[in-house]
Amino acid sequence: MNILGKLNRAPLSAKIGIGILAINVICVLFAPWIAPYAEGQVVGDPWAPGLVGAPEGDLAPTTLLGTDHLGRDVLSRLIFGARNSILIALLTTTISFSIGITCGLLAATMRGTVDQVLSRIVDVMMGFPTLIFALMVLAILGSSIPVLIGVIALLDATRVFRITRAVAMDLEAQDFVEVARLRGESIGWIMRRELLPNAVSPLAAEFGLRFCFVFLFIATLSFVGLGIQPPTADWGSMVRENAAAISFGILMPLFPASAIALLTVAVNMIVDWAVASTSGVRNDN
Amino acid sequence: MHVVLSISAKRLALGLATLLAISLIVFFSVELLPGDLAEAVLGQGATPEAVAALRHELGLDRPAAVRYMAWVLDLLHGDLGRSLATGRSVAELVADRLGNTVVLALAAAAIAMPLGVGLGILSTVYRGRAFDRVASTASLAGISFPEFFTAYMLVAIFSVKLGWLPAVALVGTGESWLQRLVVLTLPALTLALAVVAYVLRMTRAAIVGVMAAPYIEMAQLKGISPVSIVIRHALPNALSPIINVVILNLAYLVVGVVVVEVVFVYPGLGQLLVDSVSKRDIPVVQACCIIFAATYVLLNLLADVLSVLSNPRLKRPRQQV
Repeated sequence: MNILGKLNRAPLSAKIGIGILAINVICVLFAPWIAPYAEGQVVGDPWAPGLVGAPEGDLAPTTLLGTDHLGRDVLSRLIFGARNSILIALLTTTISFSIGITCGLLAATMRGTVDQVLSRIVDVMMGFPTLIFALMVLAILGSSIPVLIGVIALLDATRVFRITRAVAMDLEAQDFVEVARLRGESIGWIMRRELLPNAVSPLAAEFGLRFCFVFLFIATLSFVGLGIQPPTADWGSMVRENAAAISFGILMPLFPASAIALLTVAVNMIVDWAVASTSGVRNDN
Repeated sequence: MHVVLSISAKRLALGLATLLAISLIVFFSVELLPGDLAEAVLGQGATPEAVAALRHELGLDRPAAVRYMAWVLDLLHGDLGRSLATGRSVAELVADRLGNTVVLALAAAAIAMPLGVGLGILSTVYRGRAFDRVASTASLAGISFPEFFTAYMLVAIFSVKLGWLPAVALVGTGESWLQRLVVLTLPALTLALAVVAYVLRMTRAAIVGVMAAPYIEMAQLKGISPVSIVIRHALPNALSPIINVVILNLAYLVVGVVVVEVVFVYPGLGQLLVDSVSKRDIPVVQACCIIFAATYVLLNLLADVLSVLSNPRLKRPRQQV
């Protein structure tokens, strides 16, 4: 497969998406080396203007995007924030997929009672609005990063379960699974060696979408003050901490908010392209 | 007709079962606490006597099943308990806020639903042309953006740059309806934008799905104008999914208000819920969660029943889903 050639033929939206994603990945990997200042370093007055959007004739600003409510460099906080926000969302999505795929495959191979019990639990959980469920659990257990990851992974796993189960039910009806059963393979073998490899491609696109959802969900919780807690740099909390600035005409809170919006749009664009191109390949065959 | 009734009854039973399950979850999740509510409220420095006194006051010395029955009975009588933080009756707290939230959600729905369906229909009429492509890109953005991003963008434009509308939506008691309307504009618009995007995409998808049918091709071959094809031929058959989407989005609105209320400091139920979660005022959180979840479940139920009623094909299901 010629990946570069395929990339070259991708639509403009997908290229923009990949570009934005690449910048974010670089920030995640190399945050301490790219950021001009340390994560918690105070570099000036609160809400000092930066080079972008500074009034004419002002003292030469020392930062690019200005400072936050405690006088920390916004650009550095954004770069470190990428690391925290994205890695936590990625970890959560991975856990939710591990739970969702395992249970989904289990329901499809075992059928009967196991399937019924798992499906009814998921029905009830999906009947409950996600945000409300999460808020309730956070009220009871208090907000900390492990609780946050656990709750959101569990809630999100219900969606992954539904999709995995549907995909695996289709596969399960095919001859090669029947053959494996007749050969006397264990449930674990059928799940891992027969079903999983065939379910990977539809689940991969889903991973992108679920990541977006989880990422926005954590950002929203952080924004209302119940997600990632200060002083950890995180985009959602940055918007919250600096929200008051906007009433004074300081647009600083829009920077982290735009970072969140840009990343989700980028991932959506890439997933759109990936789905369109894989289904196109199938039509050719 | 009895098939419709039996499907509706089945959905109703499922809805009630979900509500029951939700009340169980809301009540018994508190039991997950290491220790119990009294210890959590008083913190680690509390004397054992104080903990025991609060435990008795909250009725925690009774078995959980008994407390659950009492709680549900009180709930059905409109008694939601007392706030741990202020000691005020939760019903009173909630009553103050509920009206504000309903007004906000209805205002957003009034803007969003006609606009979303209308733009969705226009998108199918001009399918593949500039209008459709702009609408599709804009709605993808509308879905991807977090509500607080949209909210602050609107604030930056309408409050900071233009100075037309207030950046916070503080509602007192003495304002006229006109003042309330001005205050409500930005929060309602924020909510509406996300909903318009969803409704537009779903309406378009529903009609485009019908447009693939042979009878539409027939209509095209007869030379009927595209507008007439979409509105007279395709729309009636796409009505069921559209009604479904409109109501599901009402359900979304009920939850979406939480974030928007926080952004605009609007005194609604969502703000109360978030405040109570950070104060860990469990009775208030339980009451808010029950109200939000019940509204959500009931709207979903309504969507199910209406889609059965409006779709002749669902009246004769070949197999039970």
